[in-house]
Amino acid sequence: MSAAEAALIAGMAAVTFGVRYLLFALAARVRLAPWIESSLRFIPPAVLTAITLPAVLLPRGEWHLSFSNPYLLAAAAATAAGVLTRNLLATIAVGLSAFFAYRLAALAFL
Amino acid sequence: MSHRREEFAAGVRDTLPLLLGALPFGLIYGALAVTSGLSAAAAIAMSALVFAGASQFIAVGLVAAHTPVAVIVATTFIVNLRHMLYSATLLPHLKLLPQRWRIPLAFWLTDETFAVTIRRYHRAEASACAHWYQLGSSLAMYLNWQLCCIAGMAVGERIPDAAGWGLDVAMPITFIGMIIPFVKTRPMGICVLTAGATALLTQGLPYQLGILVAALAGIAAGMTAERVLGKPKGVRPA
Repeated sequence: MSAAEAALIAGMAAVTFGVRYLLFALAARVRLAPWIESSLRFIPPAVLTAITLPAVLLPRGEWHLSFSNPYLLAAAAATAAGVLTRNLLATIAVGLSAFFAYRLAALAFL
Repeated sequence: MSHRREEFAAGVRDTLPLLLGALPFGLIYGALAVTSGLSAAAAIAMSALVFAGASQFIAVGLVAAHTPVAVIVATTFIVNLRHMLYSATLLPHLKLLPQRWRIPLAFWLTDETFAVTIRRYHRAEASACAHWYQLGSSLAMYLNWQLCCIAGMAVGERIPDAAGWGLDVAMPITFIGMIIPFVKTRPMGICVLTAGATALLTQGLPYQLGILVAALAGIAAGMTAERVLGKPKGVRPA
């Protein structure tokens, strides 16, 4: 491992752990205002959606709004499976299957 | 003692579906890492010591583009800021634990473990050992990630275009599965729609800052909706 790689990993590890640990470290001394506490429930779905939607609609950094976009197709299949089954494993399995089925079909016919 | 073991096992079990989603993601990280010019030792060390899928992914892309170390570290910081929101959410459940628990649980905090664990903490039957559940989920994710990365490196060395297969689809698919159980009330639906729309409008911002802006917009919209529509009665937060 080169010195630059060691510096890169040390830096990334430090900022990542720092962000994850800061509030835990101060835990006993932090009192969250009630309105902040009531906002916490919204955090997970908000963050996850903010990551997911651009990844699906702009998979290569550019808009791709069509069913020839395999990411969009897989996401639509996963969403349908998730809403219908309420089962995480089924959602992921259906989404991945739809993606690879499309990829194989595209290889075979195009 | 057996109670701890039960919680630990339940944490592992509830995380298993998410391992399936992390698997292709880890594979592609490994494959990308070896083609980016990162040494094998550095690729493995990054997984073991940083343990943050999205930022490792971005870092490898930036390494391939010969980006300066300081810029990669700064980008990692921004991309991982969302973990501070997660730790704020977990704080009420962990603040009584000693540091020897808080330090490893912070190190192992990921999107997946957070989403699984917060639902455990919110479940009606409180337990003094619920942190063992988080530990089980954390270790399952960690072990799986290390193995997938190494497997991906092996694949990447043999198949030059492995990264082009689109295995990165695994992350949005997994996240969709994680989002759906949270969306049970109208304010939550409004929160998700706002966050998604804002993320699309701000995706051009540098260093993935759009994620943070969109998350804050979604949270604000959800809270406003809750104030206007009134708190749902009898529905526990997901």
